[in-house]
Amino acid sequence: MPEQAEGTAGAPTREVRDFLRRRGEQIAQRWADEPLFRAVFTVSRDEAVEAGKAVVDALAQVADAARVEDPDAAGFTAVREQLARMGAARSRAGLSTAQVSSELAALRPPVENLLVADLPEDAAVEHVRSCVTTLNVLMGTLRVVVMQTALSEGQALIDRQRLQLLEVATPVIKLWDGIVAVPLIGTLDSARSQVVMETLLESIVEQQARYAILDITGVPTVDSLVAQHLMKTVAAARLMGAECIVSGIRPAIAQTMVHLGLDLGTVVTRASLADALGYVLHQLGVGIVTPGTNGSVAR
Amino acid sequence: MHTAAGSQARLPIRSDMDLVWVRQHVRQAAAQLGFGLVDQTKLVTAASELARNTLVYGGGGTMETEPLVEGTTHGLRLTFSDEGPGIPDLEQALSDGFTSGGGLGMGLGGARRLVHEFGIESTPGAGTTVRVTSWVGRPPRPREES
Repeated sequence: MPEQAEGTAGAPTREVRDFLRRRGEQIAQRWADEPLFRAVFTVSRDEAVEAGKAVVDALAQVADAARVEDPDAAGFTAVREQLARMGAARSRAGLSTAQVSSELAALRPPVENLLVADLPEDAAVEHVRSCVTTLNVLMGTLRVVVMQTALSEGQALIDRQRLQLLEVATPVIKLWDGIVAVPLIGTLDSARSQVVMETLLESIVEQQARYAILDITGVPTVDSLVAQHLMKTVAAARLMGAECIVSGIRPAIAQTMVHLGLDLGTVVTRASLADALGYVLHQLGVGIVTPGTNGSVAR
Repeated sequence: MHTAAGSQARLPIRSDMDLVWVRQHVRQAAAQLGFGLVDQTKLVTAASELARNTLVYGGGGTMETEPLVEGTTHGLRLTFSDEGPGIPDLEQALSDGFTSGGGLGMGLGGARRLVHEFGIESTPGAGTTVRVTSWVGRPPRPREES
């Protein structure tokens, strides 16, 4: 219990704490031979023993604070990162959470054996039992700590990837002097379309672009919200003096937009990015010439 | 996670992420039932509009999918339900350009044009249920003159 002060820690908890301090080295030695430590610390056994010792020290500290049931106990802080690394290594090796958990469970019996052997032979049965129970609770809390770190690692990873996705998915490409293109891919939810608009407007300034092509080939569904985002982007670009062309409108999307009643109004649209580029080049008065055909204009 | 498209399913609509899942599920179900690309796209777009309404105006709810068979024709029914504030004036809500939020006001009326059958029930204060059905290979229903 967190509120219990050092002095009121039960005798079994103190007993376990003293045992952990006394036998730390031995426990670490036994753990080094368990599957979990063997699989994580493959290079040297000494490394495994050292890591095991750190965990035992943490457990002793938690017992010292009489917080054997509390996964947030300060004692775990020092080893949290190490435990997370160990858990992550096992997950990467393809183990399920349940398998990692049972590998952690396997750390308990060796400690329990040492504890029983360590208690005086004439100790009361009652006392031995409560010491073992306390140790079990402490080892259970250790499992919770490892699982907790594994879960929060996963959440952190998801958050990072979400941010990465926002950036990765919206490159602005310069196609020609004064022409930029944004290939839109995936779902245009509000956060993404905001990023699209910002990066597009910035690059219009940077590239001194007069034309911007928004290609929606990679957008699977164009509903009214997506259309609204597109039109807002087009309107903003227009305010900055750039004309937008929406390209990559597939037949199925075109029919759906008509039925839905969506009207892109004055926005120039083209079926493909190539068509859009051709249109813009024509507007700029740039011709593409095939060598040897005496300078005839391709488009 | 994979829901069998051939069977009934019930999906939660609680966040933007759920909308993505709704669209993917409807597309998968429609493809398995034999809907062509255009009809798939229409149904997915209608589902996207209705699911967003459920989320934004209904405060979240569910979508149920139900494969139908009529003679030799297959169809797919989608039911969107929420327990939100309801719609006071259905006629107005279905008309193009009307919005009580910041949208284009094309969602409900547009979704009706994208499917074969469209039914809506709403009780102010108790929630809204929208039921749409599309059939494989059936031409779009005639436009309603108003």
